[in-house]
Amino acid sequence: MAHIPLQDGLPGIVGLFAFSPETATALRELAEVLLRGSNSLTSGEREMLASYVSFRNRCDFCQLSHGAAAAAHFGGDARIVDGVIRDVGTADVSDKMKALFTIASKVQEGGKLVTSEDVAVARQHGATDKEVHDTVLIAAAFCMYNRYVDGLGTWQPRDPNMYREMGERMAGQGYVRAQ
Amino acid sequence: MAHIQLLKGLPGIRGPLVFSPETSKPIGDLVETLLRGPNTLTPAEREMIATFVSSENDCYYCQHCHGAIAAEYLGGAPADYQLIDQVKLNFEQAPLSGKMKALLTIAGKVQQDGKLVKNDDVERARQQGATDKEIHDTVLIAAAFCMFNRYVDGLATWQPRDPELYREIGKQTSRLGYVGRDLSKPVQVAELANE
Repeated sequence: MAHIPLQDGLPGIVGLFAFSPETATALRELAEVLLRGSNSLTSGEREMLASYVSFRNRCDFCQLSHGAAAAAHFGGDARIVDGVIRDVGTADVSDKMKALFTIASKVQEGGKLVTSEDVAVARQHGATDKEVHDTVLIAAAFCMYNRYVDGLGTWQPRDPNMYREMGERMAGQGYVRAQ
Repeated sequence: MAHIQLLKGLPGIRGPLVFSPETSKPIGDLVETLLRGPNTLTPAEREMIATFVSSENDCYYCQHCHGAIAAEYLGGAPADYQLIDQVKLNFEQAPLSGKMKALLTIAGKVQQDGKLVKNDDVERARQQGATDKEIHDTVLIAAAFCMFNRYVDGLATWQPRDPELYREIGKQTSRLGYVGRDLSKPVQVAELANE
């Protein structure tokens, strides 16, 4: 049972958006810009950062929905994001992405843990200032979304089909859309 | 030195906000709604929640900036600043309502991990008169500051130690809010004192 009365059948953050439309607008816009705005990191790569941070925060709803969105961006192929969740070190992603995952994992624990060396490694592999900035902000933002979803005790179903459909909508239509 | 090239002289989150206008828009809208939108919790109470969470996350800029904003909403007297220090140090002993103590307890759990918020915590807040919206907003404010704190620290932004600077930020922001302001200029403490 959620800690506040939320509409039945709306999983995770969806119920919270319905409960509080006044804050939902900015939260949706932020996700849209971060994950789907024009960027040299692909949307699939950014959704993987979101899913990975959510995994580290043990927020099932966010991990699975953003993992499904990443898979949808990769043409329905979940193997890359599954590999990231299993072990970034052996995952089928670029060295730049591995360096950005390291930065994201530090931000998840605490922003101060990000060192100049972490950033230098990312730069050596071609990361730009904007990519470093966006990685830090995506990781930080999911430390918010995860706590919001878990802190209010929302319903987080386990049905993989639900997440697949949700991921396709997130990837295809985005985060700012008519409900 | 910040981890990315930020405009010189802009403290804390202001550097990244100016660096990335496309994300600063929803961030500004979010903080304005959360901390200044219509609400049964006063702006000062909401700023206290933001300050407490930022202090727990050890984010120097955010805790001093929002602490000063809270104190300025309360009148800006030395006693108001002392109250904020007390909230950070031990809010259970501070002269706050039972409802605020219960909400700060929830905020402290969210800061660590959302899953730590238990029915008993929410029940205590309700017994002290907290509404569903107040509980929701407390959780979201605490969660949002887990983002802002990481954003500010994760990019190694400039976080000056001058208390006067935070007092000026507190005065300005309590008056002008978070949106529609030009943050690309350094904070001029002396100039603002003459406003």
